[in-house]
Amino acid sequence: MPEVTTVILNQAGINRALTRIAHEILEHNKGTEDLVLIGIRTGGDHIAGDLADRIAAIEGEKPPLGAIDITMYRDDLDSRGSLPLGRTEVPFDVDGRKIVLVDDVLYTGRTIRAAMDALIDLGRPRNIQLAVLIDRGHRELPIRPDYVGRNVPTSREEDVAVDFDAERHPCEVRLIKP
Amino acid sequence: MSFGHKHILGIEHLSREDIFQILDTAAGFKEINTRAIKKVPTLRGRTIINLFFEASTRTRTSFEIAGKRLSADTVNISASSSSVVKGETLEDTARNIEAMHPDIIVMRHGASGAPHYLAERLDCAIVNAGDGAHEHPSQALLDLFTIREKKGSLEGLKVAIVGDIAHSRVARSNLYALTRVGAEVRLAGPGTMVPPGIEKLGAEVHHDINDAIRDADVVMMLRIQLERQGKTLLPSLREFSRFYGLNQDNLKLARPDALVMHPGPMNRGVEIASSVADGPQNVILDQVENGVAVRMALLYLVAGGEATEES
Amino acid sequence: MSILIKNGRLIDPANNIDDHLDLLLKDGLVAAVGKNLSVDADETLDADGKLVTPGLIDLHVHLRDPGQEYKEDIASGTAAAVAGGFTSVVCMPNTQPVNDNLAVTKYILSRSEEVGRCRVFPVASITRGLKGENLTEMGELKQGGAVAFSDDGRPVENGEVMRRALEYARPFDAPIISHAEDLSLVGKGVMNDGFVATELGLKGIPWVAEDAMVARDVMLAEYTGGHMHIAHISTRGAVEIVRRAKERGVRVTCEATPHHFTLTEEAVRGYDTNAKMNPPLRTEADREAVRRGLADGTIDAIATDHAPHHRDEKNVEFNIACNGIVGLETALPLALRLVRDKVMDLPRMVALFTSGPADVLGLDCGSLAAGQPADVTLIDPDCEWTLTADQLVSKSKNTPFDGWTLQGAAITTIVGGKIAWQRAEQQ
Ligand SMILES: [Zn+2]
Ligand SMILES: [Zn+2]
Repeated sequence: MPEVTTVILNQAGINRALTRIAHEILEHNKGTEDLVLIGIRTGGDHIAGDLADRIAAIEGEKPPLGAIDITMYRDDLDSRGSLPLGRTEVPFDVDGRKIVLVDDVLYTGRTIRAAMDALIDLGRPRNIQLAVLIDRGHRELPIRPDYVGRNVPTSREEDVAVDFDAERHPCEVRLIKP
Repeated sequence: MSFGHKHILGIEHLSREDIFQILDTAAGFKEINTRAIKKVPTLRGRTIINLFFEASTRTRTSFEIAGKRLSADTVNISASSSSVVKGETLEDTARNIEAMHPDIIVMRHGASGAPHYLAERLDCAIVNAGDGAHEHPSQALLDLFTIREKKGSLEGLKVAIVGDIAHSRVARSNLYALTRVGAEVRLAGPGTMVPPGIEKLGAEVHHDINDAIRDADVVMMLRIQLERQGKTLLPSLREFSRFYGLNQDNLKLARPDALVMHPGPMNRGVEIASSVADGPQNVILDQVENGVAVRMALLYLVAGGEATEES
Repeated sequence: MSILIKNGRLIDPANNIDDHLDLLLKDGLVAAVGKNLSVDADETLDADGKLVTPGLIDLHVHLRDPGQEYKEDIASGTAAAVAGGFTSVVCMPNTQPVNDNLAVTKYILSRSEEVGRCRVFPVASITRGLKGENLTEMGELKQGGAVAFSDDGRPVENGEVMRRALEYARPFDAPIISHAEDLSLVGKGVMNDGFVATELGLKGIPWVAEDAMVARDVMLAEYTGGHMHIAHISTRGAVEIVRRAKERGVRVTCEATPHHFTLTEEAVRGYDTNAKMNPPLRTEADREAVRRGLADGTIDAIATDHAPHHRDEKNVEFNIACNGIVGLETALPLALRLVRDKVMDLPRMVALFTSGPADVLGLDCGSLAAGQPADVTLIDPDCEWTLTADQLVSKSKNTPFDGWTLQGAAITTIVGGKIAWQRAEQQ
């Protein structure tokens, strides 16, 4: 059966959404003090990088950037097998930091649960906030994002794809119907 | 992508891709070992039994730490304290253990083929932690990991393996692993300690240690265990040390940046001079450190099962 | 009681016969061989398309009775023998107690009389308790029914003892059967020494362990004039040593097993304990040499070295598993493969089971001349069947041929003029 793909966010839309999120983060945290951005591999790390650049452009100071791989914290080893491990690179101390955890698409919330476990194993942050480009609903855990680029109602059969350009900046978001 | 093997019985059955998958996975786990909290929940709720029919504090401890850092429940059963001595067969021992529903059995046994025997009869995954003179896959993999870490790549490296090749599972596993990833292996040992046909596995065979070491990127010394192999193999340890021991003089034949490796435990002054074992080229403790990450990778990969759906 | 076997291809190497002939058995003896015999017999068997041969003889079996009846006993071992087409078996003395005295020899003979399905010829040991030290009372044992002497399972390590055994047995006209291996060279080996052993990390038994001992034993036969029979010859070198000795006129004979002419050390891969034997499975070159030796007459007989072991003795780690396999029920189809592989013709193959072994021990069987005992085997050389270890008649199921598709089988085994076994309708 042929897939049907609809563009739900183009480059301009993504730019607007991320710039807004950058402002919201700064607003909420009253600047960049103790602020760090940690993206979830793979996808969230690229968005975190993009957000860090936008924050730097607004505030003149770029928050420290990290990336975590949550494979070791997954709860689906039985059903999905041993997935390849990515690198966790958090080159700073997380103790006392305000962490903005960044992912591209928020869905069941299980990835975020795993990511929070991973963060807490690295130390004791002051708080953890969540920023996502797309929230497609269907939460299975009590998790709510603090910053959302776009809410997209979807069915479970559908898929949301975030495409990145050669510089790893998000350039398009597509909804794929089976 | 899942791992293509239910068990890790030996390197012989692993492809070049399998080996790199294990090494890459181990690289991911290595970072955990330097954290303050050295534990991830990956294998939470899984039970790993370390079934050791031969004493080996080093390998057993390394597997035990690997399991614990992955949050698995690890239980050690050693032959001396178990019912094996009372004449229970291996099959009975294994069945009794299986009745406790372990997910993985890590097994060390003096008989070549014992893990294969168990793998044919039990449902759980078997990881070979050394069987007789056959294979010691986790040792070879941690050796490769260490070499790759220090040298950047494995392809084209010249690796000398020296000592009692005939009775060494470390030598066999390393020979399989190194040739599979494109390294050049030279073996050297006394005439009584080089087994027939070993060159067919892709190694150059030398009886002069100098020929094996010359221009080598890595010199891997094997532990000599004369008490086990009988007195007819060597006239004396003194003579072995003189003709097949690694010392500061013959090490000069190797490349100046050559790594010196030993699977341990070392017989200082026999196969390896202390000055070399403690010298700047030795990576012996790196091997031990990397052993934990590599074993974490093996446990993780077999725990995921062999034929799960692609995500 | 008479049996007429009609329309078969009768192969009787002892009498140089290979022809379509009828065979009449009467009162336990061969009564007549001829074209289109028309006599009234109590029973008539149609052997159209079948082979009719003298009853097969196995020079080397372990019946495990007395002492290890959990592996096999005289009843089950002889039942396996007739199922495999054998009418005579020669049983080795490494029982418990060892057959080193008349009481044990008599026990085997009388027990065979009671429960045996075929003829049983006991071999007594060369030395008491198989210890390699003191000779047994060979004169009395030979008179009492022992047909030869052997310490099988162990070599006679001491050259002096072997020399005296040959000298002492010679006037009693009893061959010495040597399980030839130099134990100091065998060491703790568990399979053939070579590349496969290297790969599997198993301790090897070098071929020179057998060659060296065969050379010694052949030379002792030459020196003493005694009759030396080499059991289960398995190496290229040993076959060559025997070949040259025979050319010099030394009184040496030898036998080979179906597993040594069928399998090689490759069978050990996967640590299959049913591929563990003594002597071990060897290389392709050795297997080839054994086949050539069987064809050219260097090797006198096919003997199974039927070695039953309980499941628990094989279902263990390779290095502690017992040596040997059951062979009585697979020997004939495996030998027929030699004919199909054009290693030898059918009469030569039949000779290796009949006149060959009979001549080695001077047994009064293995021929279909009138007046000979009516031991006959009817063979279907073509029928295909799949071996299932669990269905073996033998008490033990230790065979590496489980699941093999075999061709050819004994369909009727007649011992002393009586039908001892008939194969059920083709499975
Ligand atoms: Zn024997
Ligand atoms: Zn035997």
